[in-house]
Amino acid sequence: MAGDKHIDDHSGVETTGHEWDGIRELNNPLPRWWLWTFYICIVWSVGYWVVMPAWPLVSSYTTGVIGYSSRALVATRIDEAKAAQAQYVARIADATLEDVEGDPELLEFALAGGRSAFAVNCSQCHGRGAAGAIGYPNLNDDSWLWGGTLENIAHTITYGVRNGHDEARFGPMPGFLSDQILDRAQIDDVAEYVLSLGGRAEDSAAAERGAAVFAEQCVACHQEGGLGNTELGAPNIADGIWLYGGEREAIVETVMAGRAGVMPTWGDRLSPATIKQLAVYVHALGGGQ
Amino acid sequence: MEQIVSAQKPAPAAGADASPVQAAAGVERVDAAAVNRKETRSLYQKRIKIFSKRARGAFRKLKWAVLAMTLGVYYVAPWLRWDRGTSAPDQAILIDIPARRFYFFFIEIWPQEVYYLTGILILSGLALFLATSLFGRVWCGYTCPQTVWTDLFIFVERLIEGDRGARIRLEKAPWGAHKIALRVVKHALWIVIAVLTGGAWVFYFADAPSLLVALATLQAPAIAYIAIGVLTCTTYLLGGIAREQVCTYMCPWPRIQAAMTDVDSMIVTYRDYRGEPRGPHRKSEPWEGRGDCIDCNACVAVCPMGIDIRDGSQLECINCGLCIDACDEVMSKVGRPLKLIAYDTFANVDRRAAGQDARYSLLRTRPLIYVGLMVVVGSLMLFGLTTRSALDLNVLRDRNPLFVTLSDGAIRNGYTVKVINKQHEAREFRLDVEGLAGRRIDVVGLESEGPPVLRVKADKLAAYRVFLSAPRESLIDESVPIVFRVTDTLDGSEIVYDAVFRGPGS
Repeated sequence: MAGDKHIDDHSGVETTGHEWDGIRELNNPLPRWWLWTFYICIVWSVGYWVVMPAWPLVSSYTTGVIGYSSRALVATRIDEAKAAQAQYVARIADATLEDVEGDPELLEFALAGGRSAFAVNCSQCHGRGAAGAIGYPNLNDDSWLWGGTLENIAHTITYGVRNGHDEARFGPMPGFLSDQILDRAQIDDVAEYVLSLGGRAEDSAAAERGAAVFAEQCVACHQEGGLGNTELGAPNIADGIWLYGGEREAIVETVMAGRAGVMPTWGDRLSPATIKQLAVYVHALGGGQ
Repeated sequence: MEQIVSAQKPAPAAGADASPVQAAAGVERVDAAAVNRKETRSLYQKRIKIFSKRARGAFRKLKWAVLAMTLGVYYVAPWLRWDRGTSAPDQAILIDIPARRFYFFFIEIWPQEVYYLTGILILSGLALFLATSLFGRVWCGYTCPQTVWTDLFIFVERLIEGDRGARIRLEKAPWGAHKIALRVVKHALWIVIAVLTGGAWVFYFADAPSLLVALATLQAPAIAYIAIGVLTCTTYLLGGIAREQVCTYMCPWPRIQAAMTDVDSMIVTYRDYRGEPRGPHRKSEPWEGRGDCIDCNACVAVCPMGIDIRDGSQLECINCGLCIDACDEVMSKVGRPLKLIAYDTFANVDRRAAGQDARYSLLRTRPLIYVGLMVVVGSLMLFGLTTRSALDLNVLRDRNPLFVTLSDGAIRNGYTVKVINKQHEAREFRLDVEGLAGRRIDVVGLESEGPPVLRVKADKLAAYRVFLSAPRESLIDESVPIVFRVTDTLDGSEIVYDAVFRGPGS
């Protein structure tokens, strides 16, 4: 297309020959250093194809002569991190829970490790901040179904709750209506009594009748005054914390149908050192006893 | 590869071997052409090599002095020691990347104080603007690393291959044992300089004496060798090979400088009213009716940027003043007044041409604005530096959960309290919280008896988990403003942090 060569009148520079609404593009040369950099990049890319993973194939890809793999690199990094953590993990495995909490170095490690393990294994039910939900206890507060000492917490995590394991926490809350233990009027009275423990009763006569029913049916687990029993997972029903809701309707429903929340056994999935870190972490959330 | 420039007009014979042409009595006309002259330079022109001649004079001496000083500072600085006690390194200038600290004599900067670096960059920028508005591109001509190292490389080249004429002859000569030997020696010396340049750089990032031992015994971290390698390549390429191409084609500053200079800026100027009409001068000829310029091309021959200053102010000119030295030498030989080329302003050239007196005004609006901005930025930095506390406090409130209801109905909030101790000794701090009636403070890991005492190691940050609980009645609102106060148990210095305490609301 040499015949189409066009020289711009104003600058005396050859144009590319393309024209848009009368505007032509000057064909100024690329800076030489730039051009060489570009060529070097092209040469480099050819070498890169050979050395590094580059081309997708039908079911795999070209791996490159040095065998680089970001996946393998991640695995290596994880192994390195585990190796770096190994001495702390080993010390935690050998130490008692109290020792872990008493050693600032181990405590810091356990809190970080516990936070991570909690996010992976526990947050699905208990929430990212361990604030719980209806039916899933809040682990931040100072009210514990199964006890809030380090040992209590570690035991609960290791064996879980009402999951059929021999060592699991177990305490039945029967459905007093469905099991035909109480009739509906008695249940209303008991609910009134429970409300009166928190100073919320509206009908003192019903509460008094409920107190008699409570003394007969409930006190074995929930104890005198409704203070609860962590041996049986019977909650304190005189305080301000309610696992299934503290409104009259929720209390009535609980008494009528019973409650039986479950938690899996973690002892066969997590290492003892991880469970110790989790116990220390949960204990340090603010409610540990 | 590169084309050797010959004079614009064909010389009688091939270049320097020809019998010297007289520009005036005792002054040879140098066969030099400005390779970067706009009229003769096509866009497709390959690079024309510049063989700058050695200049002698005041500005050349100044350039040597600046070169010695800047290189001296660069090589010596990392070896200076500064005692900071046992908990911090004793290197006066150290960029400690693993520990995330920058040490500069008595100043120690943490990563969150990187605004000091911003301030230094702003100050440097303004200082560059100020110098340019007053004296043109003196930064480029004297202190820019590109100029300093190029000067050093040309010095070595001249040492090995000789001055301009000899270097041109060598370039033209066919490859033989002599040429190969000279070239090998030159490039070897260049590479030694380049390695030393890169080698000095890494000492700013680690303890210099121990790094030197590690480098020598091949025990140093890979990044040290990589850094030295990269800087060796860049120094060799930029200082030895690319030279003025970097300034003319790669550096943005020549394009920006025009915004800083004005008619009152002192830039290297050819006083054409005095020099023109130029031409060779015979001894018998009178000086009246002609210019002082004898067209000897001395100014072109010494120019490292390949320009002819007599063509006027140009983008390539780095304001180094070597042409002034060259011209002064010639002017004194022919017995004419010095400073035919000089640092002068456009305004003064016009005034002198019109027979008026020259006026120099340093106190112009533009430089004064730059000075004013420098004073403002400098004062802010000085204020920041002098009032910089060796104690810092950060309080992060838990967002999840926002608050926790306790079994007795009280409300509890969780906080992470971070105390930063920038002193080189361990300190203890009392923690208190104000603005919350009936508050109770629990610090995880500390005994709850008495007011909590937070311990922070020397030059470290300590993070504590703090639980704050208060009776429901204390919460007059969903959010109550509170103040965390941390007090040094020994010297009583304290710092506060405004935070909030949240509850369910009324």
